Amino acid sequence: MTLELQDVTRSVNGRVQIHPTSLVLERGTMNVLLGPTLAGKTSLMRLMAGLDQPSAGRVLWNGADVTGQRVQDRGVAMVYQQFINYPGLTVYDNIASPLRILKRPAAEVDRAVRETAEMLRLTPMLGRKPLELSGGQQQRCALARALVKGAGLVLLDEPLANLDYKLREELRVEIPRIFEASGAIFVYATTEPEEALLLGGQTATLWEGRVTQIGPTTQVYRQPSDMVTARVFSDPPMNFASARIAQGQLILGDGATTAAQGAFSGLQDGEYTAGFRANHLNLSKVSENALGFPCKVLVTEITGSETYLHLSYAGQRWVALVHGVQQLAAGATISIWIDPRHIYLFDGSGTLAAPAGYALTEKAA
Amino acid sequence: MKRYSSALVMAAYLIFLLVPIYWLLNMSLKTNAEITSTFSLWPQNFTLRNYEVILTDPSWYMGYVNSIIYVVLNTVISITVALPAAYAFSRYSFMGDKHLFFWLLTNRMAPPAVFALPFFQLYSSVGLFDTHIAVALAHCLFNVPLAVWILEGFMRGVPKEIDETAYIDGYSFPRFFIRIFMPLIASGIGVAAFFCFMFSWVELLLSRTLTAVDAKPIAAIMTRTVSASGMDWGVLAAAGVLTILPGALVIWFVRNYIAKGFALGRV
Repeated sequence: MTLELQDVTRSVNGRVQIHPTSLVLERGTMNVLLGPTLAGKTSLMRLMAGLDQPSAGRVLWNGADVTGQRVQDRGVAMVYQQFINYPGLTVYDNIASPLRILKRPAAEVDRAVRETAEMLRLTPMLGRKPLELSGGQQQRCALARALVKGAGLVLLDEPLANLDYKLREELRVEIPRIFEASGAIFVYATTEPEEALLLGGQTATLWEGRVTQIGPTTQVYRQPSDMVTARVFSDPPMNFASARIAQGQLILGDGATTAAQGAFSGLQDGEYTAGFRANHLNLSKVSENALGFPCKVLVTEITGSETYLHLSYAGQRWVALVHGVQQLAAGATISIWIDPRHIYLFDGSGTLAAPAGYALTEKAA
Repeated sequence: MKRYSSALVMAAYLIFLLVPIYWLLNMSLKTNAEITSTFSLWPQNFTLRNYEVILTDPSWYMGYVNSIIYVVLNTVISITVALPAAYAFSRYSFMGDKHLFFWLLTNRMAPPAVFALPFFQLYSSVGLFDTHIAVALAHCLFNVPLAVWILEGFMRGVPKEIDETAYIDGYSFPRFFIRIFMPLIASGIGVAAFFCFMFSWVELLLSRTLTAVDAKPIAAIMTRTVSASGMDWGVLAAAGVLTILPGALVIWFVRNYIAKGFALGRV
């Protein structure tokens, strides 16, 4: 089982929703589509499902062209962000409906429904109507209906976005388990980098209708190929500062200087953009050669175990994620420290010039 | 004090509404002599003769049968036609869809009298004059737009994702529409059917113009009861009471749907 998109594009009323995209999704893989709202995640999924037809390009399933095929004949399953069930049917009938359409024998339907319901912990609710269930249960019912027919391609379009925090965590843990059990190709759209990392597998980052990078999730996270990918795959978005390499020295912002070592040593002299993630900014000098930056505090957001500091440095807005509760007055000037090993360098066109040192030494788990 | 005054207003309003109906009922249970001679608040010589006349004389009771036939026909046709139309309006955008939707509504703005003459000529020329289907079709002119309008509101409330989920699950369109979609908008169908029924039931001008004998509606019969022997007041009143009944029955059965329809749809 493979799903292949060959130069698939889609435009509606002259506006391009999906730029030419080629992807190959293999059997038994978890594929995350990561991107902000309106990046084209849903559009891409609808093309994969066959709900929309590409303006150009082909969709192949197991090597066969299915571009123009009706969605009914595709053998896909999809779960939406909204909890979509058939309100008039009981949970049991909801889960059974795809199998009944396929005219499976009653005994087999019953066995499959009960098995799937058990896996998704819906057994006590089988007799109820979907609208009598909690949001999490409704979404589990939708998941069960998607999984029961054993579709080769399961598309999950931000399935957890409408759930409250607790239910979301609960279901997020279950999805990899469900995925393991099904053996299908899973495609999971999300806006949250954290979710992509939790799910693992491979990640495609999307930005304005383009796949900016695709690869194993941790690799994309550690070695984003360009600034856009780095921004998309960081929450809060990656911080940037102007940088320069001259005579073996890396000069950041207003003059913090360090030796251009490791990956930076091979770079030509010139202008670059430095990028670093919020969690790599520190309030104290973390290492021998850490670089210090005087920043102005704009806002502090305290979440409990962590504090988000919104900072301003040389006209750039930075966000730092630091441990503990930090009470800092707005307008105060503080020193922020960065270990050079946590700095990515991007060239003038935004392409990754050198990954951060830590991303090369620590091998992806 | 305030409580009493609001109760008073309510009572006055109810009396205002109900007195004519009570008077109709009162008259229908009196003899003609009593109606024309004395003023009494309730029947002095209680009689069911008026009802007996109507229920035994085919020229009377066939009026009810005719009315019910074409009203039911019209309701079935209107809903059957309006369902796919409303679905198209709620789900697809096509060239001129908004104009078409508005144009449908404008059909309701013209008084039926405007259409009486062309309908009479056209139906006569194709041999449909004095048939139930003729009246049913004529009433579609008003009822189809209304039904489309009501149903579209209900259908819009059903997320499009349900349609897509059904297709992904393997439902064909007709099967999805009948098995999944129609139950979801059942109350909308109920409301639309109710309004079609009511408009067709009370409409007089077209139904009278398009019929003569075989399909003559009760409302037309009622207005033609001035016979040589003068007005038969009692029978006329009894006919009026019997004409109110079907409407009242329909309202009773769909009252919960109507309440929901007023709240959800666009009635």
